[in-house]
Amino acid sequence: MLRQNWWKILCVILLIYTFVAGFLGPVPARPILNETIRNYYFHIAMWFSMMIFFIISLVYSIKYLRSNHHIFDLYALEYAKAGIVFGILGLATGSVWAGFTWGAFWSNDPKQLGAVIALLIYLAYLVLRNSMTDVDKRARIGAVYNIFAFAMLFPTIWIIPRMVESLHPGGQGNPAIHADGRIAMVFWPGALPGWTLLGVWITTLRIRLQLLADKRHEHAL
Amino acid sequence: MHKKLFALLSLFLGFMGLMAQAQPDSQHVEMADQLRANGKIYVVVAVLIVILLGLILYVVRLDRKITRLEKDTRKGS
Repeated sequence: MLRQNWWKILCVILLIYTFVAGFLGPVPARPILNETIRNYYFHIAMWFSMMIFFIISLVYSIKYLRSNHHIFDLYALEYAKAGIVFGILGLATGSVWAGFTWGAFWSNDPKQLGAVIALLIYLAYLVLRNSMTDVDKRARIGAVYNIFAFAMLFPTIWIIPRMVESLHPGGQGNPAIHADGRIAMVFWPGALPGWTLLGVWITTLRIRLQLLADKRHEHAL
Repeated sequence: MHKKLFALLSLFLGFMGLMAQAQPDSQHVEMADQLRANGKIYVVVAVLIVILLGLILYVVRLDRKITRLEKDTRKGS
């Protein structure tokens, strides 16, 4: 599966489609946003992909706790890292977007703050793992913490920002961005699977590299 | 292989139905019609595609290198 090429070729095709249709395709004309609504295919896709990677990481953490197979722990770690990278990219692209539409790169907006907190919790997962030298302990405690970190995504990103006043669409005092058919045509079949597959591709490369290093280390002993 | 391709194709064609939801815009909002009119938007897309393909090329080369290393390790053991 990791070495098959069809999904990698699909990834490239979908991303090219996203970039071309993303900029040349029709979009609704909304005040304040103007053409930046096209960021749907980039900024929002980053966050969506992040959620997918964190879910995959969670699944592997649970699989590890149930079986103690270390391969699951490796997968959980690498997908968590992919989630963190995409999350940071989501924050960065959001800041750029905000700089032009909200007037400031950082507004202490509840969703911005929530996203930072969620990412810090995941970064702490990496720090926690590195603080332990015993491989089994690291994997087990890491897996439990990963489940907690995932659970924290919901209050920080999905629940509280929607309950309070926020600049983000969907918060109190703000209608949600209505993603009509024109945006959906590029986002769902193109941007989301394209970016997610790219993250999966890079993550599987990292996993394969780590497995290679482990095997070579074994031979050296 | 063909079954997978057919399934994927039907999935994408199904998305065409989403176009039916496109709504007309009520008031006039400024958009980048100038860039479209003078063709500069194509320059933007071309630049982005170059960047994208460059990154993809990097990932492909990395993939090939790792595949080669895996084959060598398997042969050696």
